[in-house]
Amino acid sequence: MTDFFLYLTLIAYFGATGLWLLYFLAQREGYYRAGAWVMAGGLACHTLALIQQAWAAGALPAATFGETLLLFAWALVAAFLVLIWRYPIKILGTLVAPLAALMVSGSLILPARQGVVSPLLKGFWLTVHICLTLTGYAALALAGLGGILYLIQERQIKSKRFGFFHRRLPSLSQLDNLNYWCLTTGFPLLTGGIISGSLYAQHTLGRFWSWDPKEILTLIAWLIYAVLLHERLTVGWRGRRAALMAICGFLVLVCTFVGANLWLTGYHSFASFIQPP
Amino acid sequence: MNLLLCGVNHKTAPVALREKLACLIPDVAHAYNHLKSWPEVSESLLYTTCNRVEVMCVSETPDEAAARVREFFARHPEIAPGDLDESFYVHRDREAVQHFFRVAASLDSMVVGEPQILGQVKRAYREAAAHHATGPILNRLVHKAFSVAKRVRGETGIGDHAVSVSYAAIAMAKKIFGDLAGKNVLLLGAGEMAELALEHLKGQGAGKITVANRTLERGVALARRFNGEAVSLEELPEQLLFADILISSTGAGDLLITRDQVKGVMRRRKQRPLFLIDIAVPRDLDPNINDLDNVYLYNIDDLNEVVQQGWQHRRHEATKAERLVAAETLKFLLWLETLEVYPTIIALKDKAEAICRAELKKTLNQLGPLTEEQRQSLEVLTASITQKLLHDPIIFLKRNRRPRNPHQELDLVRRLFHLDPDRNGGIPEKD
Repeated sequence: MTDFFLYLTLIAYFGATGLWLLYFLAQREGYYRAGAWVMAGGLACHTLALIQQAWAAGALPAATFGETLLLFAWALVAAFLVLIWRYPIKILGTLVAPLAALMVSGSLILPARQGVVSPLLKGFWLTVHICLTLTGYAALALAGLGGILYLIQERQIKSKRFGFFHRRLPSLSQLDNLNYWCLTTGFPLLTGGIISGSLYAQHTLGRFWSWDPKEILTLIAWLIYAVLLHERLTVGWRGRRAALMAICGFLVLVCTFVGANLWLTGYHSFASFIQPP
Repeated sequence: MNLLLCGVNHKTAPVALREKLACLIPDVAHAYNHLKSWPEVSESLLYTTCNRVEVMCVSETPDEAAARVREFFARHPEIAPGDLDESFYVHRDREAVQHFFRVAASLDSMVVGEPQILGQVKRAYREAAAHHATGPILNRLVHKAFSVAKRVRGETGIGDHAVSVSYAAIAMAKKIFGDLAGKNVLLLGAGEMAELALEHLKGQGAGKITVANRTLERGVALARRFNGEAVSLEELPEQLLFADILISSTGAGDLLITRDQVKGVMRRRKQRPLFLIDIAVPRDLDPNINDLDNVYLYNIDDLNEVVQQGWQHRRHEATKAERLVAAETLKFLLWLETLEVYPTIIALKDKAEAICRAELKKTLNQLGPLTEEQRQSLEVLTASITQKLLHDPIIFLKRNRRPRNPHQELDLVRRLFHLDPDRNGGIPEKD
């Protein structure tokens, strides 16, 4: 049943990708609106699948890379839908929908969990830690994607050569505002995620911080965002520099999320979450 | 029944001739009185724009109607009969519909894609309707033309790109700031193009307007016109702090603002974006300013380049629009053809009903007294026989809308049922 919902989700996300791509090319409002509804339908199926998984596991399903990917895809889509509901930067959907579709495909392809989830992974504070971190990641990922669009548009305006993208991308100020909203939402969430995680670590492992690769990389990303936010608010960093920083931070987050889970080892890696049956 | 469109436009007639012809129209009531008094014309619509004077009409005898319109045009005392020879065109049916759709969609304009034309056609239609000059065919044609124009605007990018320097500046400002409401404008020097751009910016809800000019009096006069404030050139560095858009067009020989100046200002502005437009020759602003973050410098050549690209884009989009117009023209002509079929269908039904009534009367007389029920069933019987008999010919007429030769088939049906008794119909009465 979970798989059924996940396949529905996948179809919806790929469908929305197609529709938004059409919108991007043809610039017709109808495609965009249809894409938004399809995406929302996909999110509903996605939610049902997650609820079923959580029910079956008795905890937030975040014990394997695939499961976490699925959670993150959910957070990204939810964050995006909230964003376009408030601030319609429609073209961002053309990046978000395929990304979500790929992540859901990834979670379906990756091996399912075998064995029992470590009892360490069940607990209220851990759930809080995962939720805050992933929603924070989602908002900051949107800032990074917006940054890419900003750089493309800025390049065209500065060089005075208007290509294919110029007409289709929103104005620089809209893209810069996107950076600001996502940063001011994502940064506190990430901070809360780190704090709740370290409190949970103190509670269960007896130490706040263990310098494992995932923690170090997250700290680097957090510092990048802290600097950006500080400079934005005091000196007025914006535009290209803010976009570049957001992209850097996003890349570090991708390393944290993918790299630290697949290639580096530590107590945060998924391998250590599963106990052999 | 034929559609006819005749007139002159900017491609066929010089402005002097168009002006004179446009003078015929100001008194719309008078013009429509003329048009309506002609027996050849059953519906008409008259419109003038700065680039055309055209009459669209429905007529049974198109040649005579076209001659009438031409005569009407030639009434102007200053128009020599030869003037119209080269410039007066007559489009029939398909060409007429297509031409009208192209006019409404702004494909036939001097500036392709300009939005005013649709409003002018709409106003002309309101006037025609007020004078009861239009009928079912033109009403439908005009409404179709409006929807074609709307589709062209929505589905192609024909109006998207700026094709004048001042609009190009506004378009760029919008790509930088998104919304121009409340953006402060600083004008350096005065000039026609700068004032035009300022006018557009005002229309977009621009905020405070400041004018800095070498001679203060001229600056004050200009500032008053735009409800702005005049400052002297010495205050320029300070003014740069508050402006979002700067338009420079002084006649100064050397640079007025250097890169380092702007760099310092940007720090104090907390990097709020600054859009600098330099339309002066020689240039007022250091070209290297464009390297700074959050500062965008456009000079006159850059804007001309934007305009060139705008033209290219419009031409490209216009071909898409032409396809759309061609498809809609076909659809309209199909509708027009079905319209031609209806009189025949009605004539068929009338004839059948008349026969029914006559035969029924004869039979009832012969049968003598009948009950009401019997009478009714006889009526139903005759009615259903004719109905069933006519069903197939009517369907044939309606469905077979696009035969190779519609008139021939229509003619055949009319002859077959002898619907035009006054005409011999080609069938010999007697052997």
